[in-house]
Amino acid sequence: MKKIFYILWGIAFILGCIGVAQRFMYGHELANYGNRVVWGLWVAMYIYFIGLSAGAFLLSSLVYVFKIKMFEKVGKLALITALVTLLCALLSIWFDLGHMWRAYEVITRPNLPHSMMAWMIWLYSAYFLLLVLETLYAFRIESGKYDGDKLKSYQKKLGILATIGIPLAIAFHGGVGALFGVVAANPMWHSALTPIFFLVGAIASGSALFTLIFAFFWDNKKGEYYQNMLKTLAKIVLVAVLFDVLLEWAELSIALWMGSPEHTAGFRAMLFGQYWYVFWIFHLLFGVVIPVWILATKKNGIAIGWASLLVAFTFIGVRLNIVVPGLIGEKIPGEASAYIQPRLTYNYFPSMMEWLVGIFIVAFGIGLFYLGNKYFKLTKENNSVKS
Amino acid sequence: MGNTKKNDRRDFLSKFGTAFIAGAALSPLISNASELLETENNVTEIKNFKGSFEDLLGGDYTNIKLRMQDDVRRALKKPMKDRKWAMAIDLRKCVGCNACTVACIAENALPPGVVYRPVIKEEIGTYPNVSKINLPKPCMQCDEPPCVDVCPVEATWKREDGIVVIDYEACIGCRYCMTACPYEHRMFDFGEKYSDGLPLVANYDKRPSFEYGKEWDREDRHSSPIGNVRKCTFCAHRLDEGLLPQCLTTCIGGANYFGDLNDEDSVIAKLVSRLNVFRLKEEMGTEPNVYYIR
Repeated sequence: MKKIFYILWGIAFILGCIGVAQRFMYGHELANYGNRVVWGLWVAMYIYFIGLSAGAFLLSSLVYVFKIKMFEKVGKLALITALVTLLCALLSIWFDLGHMWRAYEVITRPNLPHSMMAWMIWLYSAYFLLLVLETLYAFRIESGKYDGDKLKSYQKKLGILATIGIPLAIAFHGGVGALFGVVAANPMWHSALTPIFFLVGAIASGSALFTLIFAFFWDNKKGEYYQNMLKTLAKIVLVAVLFDVLLEWAELSIALWMGSPEHTAGFRAMLFGQYWYVFWIFHLLFGVVIPVWILATKKNGIAIGWASLLVAFTFIGVRLNIVVPGLIGEKIPGEASAYIQPRLTYNYFPSMMEWLVGIFIVAFGIGLFYLGNKYFKLTKENNSVKS
Repeated sequence: MGNTKKNDRRDFLSKFGTAFIAGAALSPLISNASELLETENNVTEIKNFKGSFEDLLGGDYTNIKLRMQDDVRRALKKPMKDRKWAMAIDLRKCVGCNACTVACIAENALPPGVVYRPVIKEEIGTYPNVSKINLPKPCMQCDEPPCVDVCPVEATWKREDGIVVIDYEACIGCRYCMTACPYEHRMFDFGEKYSDGLPLVANYDKRPSFEYGKEWDREDRHSSPIGNVRKCTFCAHRLDEGLLPQCLTTCIGGANYFGDLNDEDSVIAKLVSRLNVFRLKEEMGTEPNVYYIR
């Protein structure tokens, strides 16, 4: 089993490296996004990973803010998951930039307070720092090296950081949603529900990722703790997924009921367009119906693990369905035929290079998490010393 | 043009257009462009115009383009903040030839897939009751540009004279501004070449762009403007030297007008105060500075 994992990972990593090499050598030439569908797979991956991070982080707050005893043993696991997925998110968006080496400008010359993107960047930079500090304190506390006043001061600091973390995580991921929501030129994105939808999606996908890691990699699968924890996690994922679907329904039904062409073009493309199956099969069937059925009826670890895997994996479809259908409609009728050129079409399907870079980012995340887990023994029940 | 004869206005346009085409064909033979339009034929056509073209032309001018060029030069004498550049496009005169599109591509050395001035062609009605509209679409240089506020690094802003510019050396290429533009104007430079796939890189692919008064080489595929978002600037680099935007100079139908809206004597100021003027997507509140006449 382990061997297969290593081999698959190795292949994915090598393929990914080819994509990255192409990206560095040829810039954006080999990408399939263009001047009409301006964002593609990488932006979808960015909001996907950043959602996973925010979701996992909010789970960690159950320990460090709300002091829920049950989650104590997995607090660090949640923090590391949040950190790794955040790095994957940053990597995704970094590859998407036209000038990768100018990325530092977002810190040195931000367009504050006007640009929602600048806000988001500053908020997640703060979140990144906080996450690192919090992880550091969490490890110090649980290392057993400190006692007395020092331990208490660390616990207090961790508590404060984690408390600041909640509004920060909500603000920064809400900010990612707002980045889309404020674009008045794009009626599909321009909804007050967009930031909320992003947040709920983050909790659904992030908790699903965490649950799948816990279900498959926790070392003591026989213990009572494993069973109890899984039941709780399964409930969190179930409720979050259902709430996410409710929001999706609200957005879709309101837009489609009146059916004003501009407002509905994106949604129609998503539901009945060329890539209809991303919504109906990939997202709705494999991401909602099947996992909800499993989570509501099955109690064993493997089933819950698979259901969570389905939710977490298929959520990339939800993210793609925000980015791409929002961009494939003409904003001015006749635009599509005004100037015929491959970069000026309204069709988009990721190119080989885009997929390969995507595979690289996923392999990078899995590799980093694997190393982290090996080094810090996050999924060992006995090693997670109580504070 | 033959089957539009039923309509008086179209009939006139047809003659008018033909005269202009004829004029354009003669241009290599005559050194002074103003002399060209003083030929009897053209002057007659202009005088027969049913609007108040003579008012627009004013004074001793016989060539509207020279008149507008003087408008520009007059405006340049004022401080930048007192100017407000605007463009008007007469849709009744646009023949949909794309001469502006091509001139713009040549002027700004645009690579494949980047176009600052596409011409949208739309058919209205069904045969035999059908008409066609050609709508050139440059940057609207909005007074309330949504693209400017969204930029995360302040790499794009509105100049004092109203032109929305991009700092090619600061733009990180995130393309957020492209999503924010209601007119889908902004374009990303992917670094492609017209001669891609051929054994040699053609010289025309190496031509630098002179946007913003600087020389932007295309030798290296990782340096600006490759990897940047690009846009129409009303040819700011020409304007600042007292020349009209390139799209105006090649318009064979004479459908383009340009000038300083703050100058009440300019051609543009007279034109945009009329009833038959509209702007694209007024409902967005962007206050565009490109006016359409119909």
